[in-house]
Amino acid sequence: MFSTYDAPVYPYVQSAEQATGQPARHKVVVIGAGPVGLTAALDLAARGVPVVVVDDNNTVSVGSRAVCYAKRPLEIWDRLGVADRMIAKGVEWKLGKVFFGDRQVYQFDLLPEGGHKCPAFINLQQYYLEDYMVEAAAKNPLIDIRWKHKLLSLRQEADHAMLTVETPDGVFVTEADWVIACDGANSDTRRMVGAEFTGQFFQDRFLIADIVMKADFPTERWFWFDPPFHRNQSALLHKQSDNVWRLDFQLGWDADPEVEKREENIIPRVKAMLPGVEFELEWASVYQFACRRIDQFRHGRVIFAGDAAHQVSPFGARGANTGVQDIDNLSWKLAAVLAGDADKALIDSYHDERAFAADDNILNSTRSTDFITPKNAASKRFRNAVLDLAERASFARPLVNSGRLSTPTPYVQSTLNTPDAGIWHSKMTPGTVCSDAPVMVAGQPGWFLRQIGKSFTLLDFGTQAEAVSVGGTTAKVLRVGEDLEDTERLLVKRYDAQPGTVYLIRPDQHVAARWRSFNPVEVQAALARALAKG
Amino acid sequence: MTLILKPNIPDPDGFYQDLTDTQRDLDEASASDMNARLVLILANHIGDRKILAEALALAAL
Ligand SMILES: Cc1cc2nc3c(=O)[nH]c(=O)nc-3n(C[C@H](O)[C@H](O)[C@H](O)COP(=O)(O)OP(=O)(O)OC[C@H]3O[C@@H](n4cnc5c(N)ncnc54)[C@H](O)[C@@H]3O)c2cc1C
Repeated sequence: MFSTYDAPVYPYVQSAEQATGQPARHKVVVIGAGPVGLTAALDLAARGVPVVVVDDNNTVSVGSRAVCYAKRPLEIWDRLGVADRMIAKGVEWKLGKVFFGDRQVYQFDLLPEGGHKCPAFINLQQYYLEDYMVEAAAKNPLIDIRWKHKLLSLRQEADHAMLTVETPDGVFVTEADWVIACDGANSDTRRMVGAEFTGQFFQDRFLIADIVMKADFPTERWFWFDPPFHRNQSALLHKQSDNVWRLDFQLGWDADPEVEKREENIIPRVKAMLPGVEFELEWASVYQFACRRIDQFRHGRVIFAGDAAHQVSPFGARGANTGVQDIDNLSWKLAAVLAGDADKALIDSYHDERAFAADDNILNSTRSTDFITPKNAASKRFRNAVLDLAERASFARPLVNSGRLSTPTPYVQSTLNTPDAGIWHSKMTPGTVCSDAPVMVAGQPGWFLRQIGKSFTLLDFGTQAEAVSVGGTTAKVLRVGEDLEDTERLLVKRYDAQPGTVYLIRPDQHVAARWRSFNPVEVQAALARALAKG
Repeated sequence: MTLILKPNIPDPDGFYQDLTDTQRDLDEASASDMNARLVLILANHIGDRKILAEALALAAL
């Protein structure tokens, strides 16, 4: 069916440890080469940690799954050097239209804020994303991706895990100080450690189809509630790369997935949605969506990330987006622990911060799902009232919820934060991801976020700050006006800076603490706290 | 501000008549649809989440 993309087939290579039967001890083994496992490999390698990735398959995600990637994951991928290609290949849309019954109730223009390197989001098929990351990983000597390696079982020891892995050459055992389980929503690893994975299954089914349109069609997102071509259900049309369009049809709980998946049943649905448009069907599947989360993100030496740790319904496009942010949070912590610069308490802050974010994502996608598929007659009445009013009065438009754009969840409650003292007029509170801004570096235009993220940073809007260390960890000074020029004065604005203002920024580009003037004792205490030594 | 529970509508009989008059010729479903719209319009006018929460609690009895 695929006409726009040839999925690569990655070679299976027998490892030396399997050939010799001598188990090697790896620092980190990642289970699963999906978007999250691949990001983990790139991020750990960027922090100097060698990684082995095992994946039971030998290609990218078959069929297009994720479509929409928000600004924060793009910024993370930019830190890892893979975002430019994604943004170049991806599609940016600005205009969204909402239909109710046979009429358009309103349209909106996204008008994203300027002065950020990465767009508010892009649409791109998941296989391109994985493809680009595999290519980048292949060039990195610290990354060893092993295709056709299936994790069969896992045994936890006090300071490592023993992994039994199956390949075309049979079964072998390998060892890892730490395991990162990125093996998706049906995670085998989760079962192996006996973790709970609980939440809500939505009593509904959705047909997801990708089509190639032969003619031009406006690059817009169209969402229908109860359209004449698909009564009492919702439908969505969204553009991807290569003139491929994503269509969603809500089917209801009684639909038979096997019947709905048949091409002869899909074609009429598409024709009814897009009368007179010539198209080819690329791929289709029927899903039931769920919102679930793991009890603990760490079980002994096994750490869970991505869909293995949490599953959300696709409304609001959060699965991959939030999974990539798990890795952003975890990788510097794991690198610090492996280097002996922090102990396990820092890894446990990963659970605290990312479980908090997962709950926020689950809340948001549950709300979208409940708006799109009301749970009783009263909710449906309110939903329809919102849509009817949205046509006439702008107040009702923010209540229309056909999926909210994924934005990072600030770690407002994190114990790694040092609470603010003094008065601040900016959103950059401790626990918040740093805002980007255009800057000049050595006379060249650049971006603020590219100047941070390798280690802890002391962003200094004055002249006094000096590097501060705790154990082997140093926060390096980045001085505005010296190391970079805030030519458009957006840094000053976004960070509410005054002369002397100092920010302590974590390696994942989150604010740990901020002050109106530099005091080495306070900064050192905040750095210790940010390393869970406080 | 807290939710006003003391009489606050001038000419209560007149208002009540307006309310019922707009729905006099409506069937059950249309009246319920209108009530839903009315709730949203009034809720937006109030705008204060605390007051709305008090009103929700009172309405749920
Ligand atoms: C229709 C649909 C639309 C979506 N739209 C969006 C969107 O717009 N935006 C968004 O952010 N997200 C979206 N998502 C969610 C997104 O696809 C997932 O969140 C994302 O793929 C999760 O990545 P992952 O790496 O955690 O897991 P996966 O992508 O599931 O990867 C898991 C990997 O582990 C491997 N594996 C499994 N078991 C083993 C084993 N025992 N041994 C070795 N390897 C193993 C698998 O082969 C696979 O490669 C959508 C999902 C669906 C279904």
